[in-house]
Amino acid sequence: MKISGARMVIEALKKEGVDIIFGYPGGAVLSLYDQLYDSDIRHILTRHEQGAAHAADGYARVTGKPGVVFATSGPGATNLVTGIATAYMDSVPMVLFTGQVATSLIGTDAFQEADITGITYPVTKHNYLVKDVRQLPRVIKEAFHIATTGRFGPVLIDLPKDTQAAEAEFVYPEKVSMVGYNPTYAGHQGQIARAAKLIARAQRPVIYAGGGVVFSGGHEYLLEFAEKTNIPVTTTLMGLTGFPGNHRLSLGMLGMHGTYWANMSMSHADVIIAIGARFDERVTGKVDDFVRDKKIIHIDIDPAEIGKNIRVDIPIVGDARMVLGELLKKAEPLATEAWLSQIEDWKRQGPLCYKQDENGKIAPQYVIEQIYQQTGGNAIITTEVGQHQMWTAQYYRFSRPRSLASSGGLGTMGYGFPASLGAQLGRPDELVFCIAGDGSFLMNSQELATAVAYNIPVKVAIINNGYLGLVRQLQEFFCRRRYIAVDIQSPNFVKLAEAFGAHGLLVEKPGDVAPAIRRAMDINGPVVIDFRVKDDENVFPMVPPSAQISEMIRGAFK
Amino acid sequence: MRKVLAVLVDNTPGVLVRVAGLFARRGFNIESLAVGTTVDKTVSRITVEVDADNEMLEQVIKQLYKLINVLKVSNLSEFPSVHRELCLIKVQANANNRAEIQQILSSFRAHIIDISHQSVIAEVTGSEDKIEAIISLLQVYGIMEIVRTGKISLMRGSKTVRNGETG
Ligand SMILES: Cc1ncc(C[n+]2csc(CCOP(=O)(O)OP(=O)(O)O)c2C)c(N)n1
Ligand SMILES: [Mg+2]
Repeated sequence: MKISGARMVIEALKKEGVDIIFGYPGGAVLSLYDQLYDSDIRHILTRHEQGAAHAADGYARVTGKPGVVFATSGPGATNLVTGIATAYMDSVPMVLFTGQVATSLIGTDAFQEADITGITYPVTKHNYLVKDVRQLPRVIKEAFHIATTGRFGPVLIDLPKDTQAAEAEFVYPEKVSMVGYNPTYAGHQGQIARAAKLIARAQRPVIYAGGGVVFSGGHEYLLEFAEKTNIPVTTTLMGLTGFPGNHRLSLGMLGMHGTYWANMSMSHADVIIAIGARFDERVTGKVDDFVRDKKIIHIDIDPAEIGKNIRVDIPIVGDARMVLGELLKKAEPLATEAWLSQIEDWKRQGPLCYKQDENGKIAPQYVIEQIYQQTGGNAIITTEVGQHQMWTAQYYRFSRPRSLASSGGLGTMGYGFPASLGAQLGRPDELVFCIAGDGSFLMNSQELATAVAYNIPVKVAIINNGYLGLVRQLQEFFCRRRYIAVDIQSPNFVKLAEAFGAHGLLVEKPGDVAPAIRRAMDINGPVVIDFRVKDDENVFPMVPPSAQISEMIRGAFK
Repeated sequence: MRKVLAVLVDNTPGVLVRVAGLFARRGFNIESLAVGTTVDKTVSRITVEVDADNEMLEQVIKQLYKLINVLKVSNLSEFPSVHRELCLIKVQANANNRAEIQQILSSFRAHIIDISHQSVIAEVTGSEDKIEAIISLLQVYGIMEIVRTGKISLMRGSKTVRNGETG
């Protein structure tokens, strides 16, 4: 039996086990939505396509399943771009369907035409413009395969109106065959043996774990490996949930706003075992100094990451979980006591700290510590981008994989709130907190309407410092406090929440922080908590741009 | 250093944009580029010449492999290879100096393929050096227009990009 292209999309989504779509309709996806009418797949109407893309991304990060998005042609498609780029930078699996003008009109500047495949070449893992409906089943199969294998990423399928309307036989392929796409999963045995030997001889080893550990499901092997070898573990922002933050071997996050002891350990290590991480410049600081007197083992599923930013001694291309499994078989206990006690000294010399006066203003770090305390570290957290994001990485000790969604690579303000909606829908039984900045939250606050419409009970904690804080901090240090374009006046967030039909709570005193968090947790519905915090706090430590990572500015209370 | 890459790609729309876009994003200037189909009509071959050191080139090759439509990449600069380019040159010429031009061309085994009262078109095939040499010799007559195909290259011997080494 022949069916339409639009129907094929729905049938294919069923075969892929998709049960939720985030989207926004329009003229060019009329038939797609018409087919959705008859299906059991749940559609979440966000209030902006960017919100849909971030929600799908949040859903994917916390469930491990690909996020699926529908949007119309032209402005609908271009509104997705920031969301796509965000997912691409952090290797998040997504499949996005966009409507397109009829094939006969493509290239004519037709109404609501945008060359979305052209626009998204650099920010998708792959994309398709499907002009022949007979290709559609294969394309959708390939899209899901590409998005969810190798290094994950977003894949976009652009569907002209006539492709959606045209009919053909629908046979969904069982398998894909693509000559040009064969990710390597198993690491090279010889390289793994060399790595094991190097590790066995290490005096001052450090494991540097990134998002690859979380995405591959390699956290258990990582824990076993670290415990067996007694090697301390530092993680990137993306890797934070890959290793328990409370563990004796945990060094916390490294890099520009990483802990003093994580950066000191990295800079004094003799062997670095990088797993599913990419030596971003925010992590390495000045590269020449970073690599000096070190051997580096780099495990990554993406061969193009190896040797990209840094010289590597033992490259291993493969899946983080599988390679860790192999390394585990060869792992021997190491005598790292002296090294670990050196690290303990660093911890004592440069602990994370802040001051909370009982009668003074609320310290932003205190709010995050309280969210950690009140949730027992068991919530799923999403963040926006800024100081609050860095404090979350420092003060919330994550204990479970996939319990954080934060835009690392692109650093997208406006990501966290819609992502929290997707996360909550993906994990309906969990408590979801979005830790937001007053600046970032306004970038997608329209999604309060979505939260209310579907009663998605996320708790938004706005760390309201009256500033674009992270930029203000940069201006304080590097522009002689000539503050410009960072002093922001926000709306009354409680009233804003209420106007949308959500709950709003205002917190101005330190003593009210914990009760407000508990109160929010008791409300079965979306809540916005406006925490009025000190306006001039800085994130410490801080590695100044292009300095060595051991040259941290450590702040006032050392 | 100039390097020549042979890139086998799916013969699908947009593939050239993906490949060229990748070079542009990494800040590589493409010196020359030639595209055509192969024995297998579903596969195209892109020959691209770039100015890059070995490390940069290794990165580009890895990045190229990340494109789903890229099937195989060979760095032909690492193998004994033959390189050719076709160049058409329109030169000012009249009955008086046509023979002279003809003589220059024939010593390079190049030909005249079109004649008018004011001009001739020369066809030159060969290495870059040879083409540059002819161009400089013809300059004195007045070159009106030049078009070049860009370099195309094959490895010497029986080795091919399909079955042979990758870069
Ligand atoms: C879309 C976008 N625009 C600009 C920036 C640059 N930027 C990074 S952090 C920041 C300030 C964020 O302010 P806020 O959300 O209030 O967080 P705070 O730093 O105060 O905690 C800005 C403007 C960005 N990351 N994303
Ligand atoms: Mg702020």
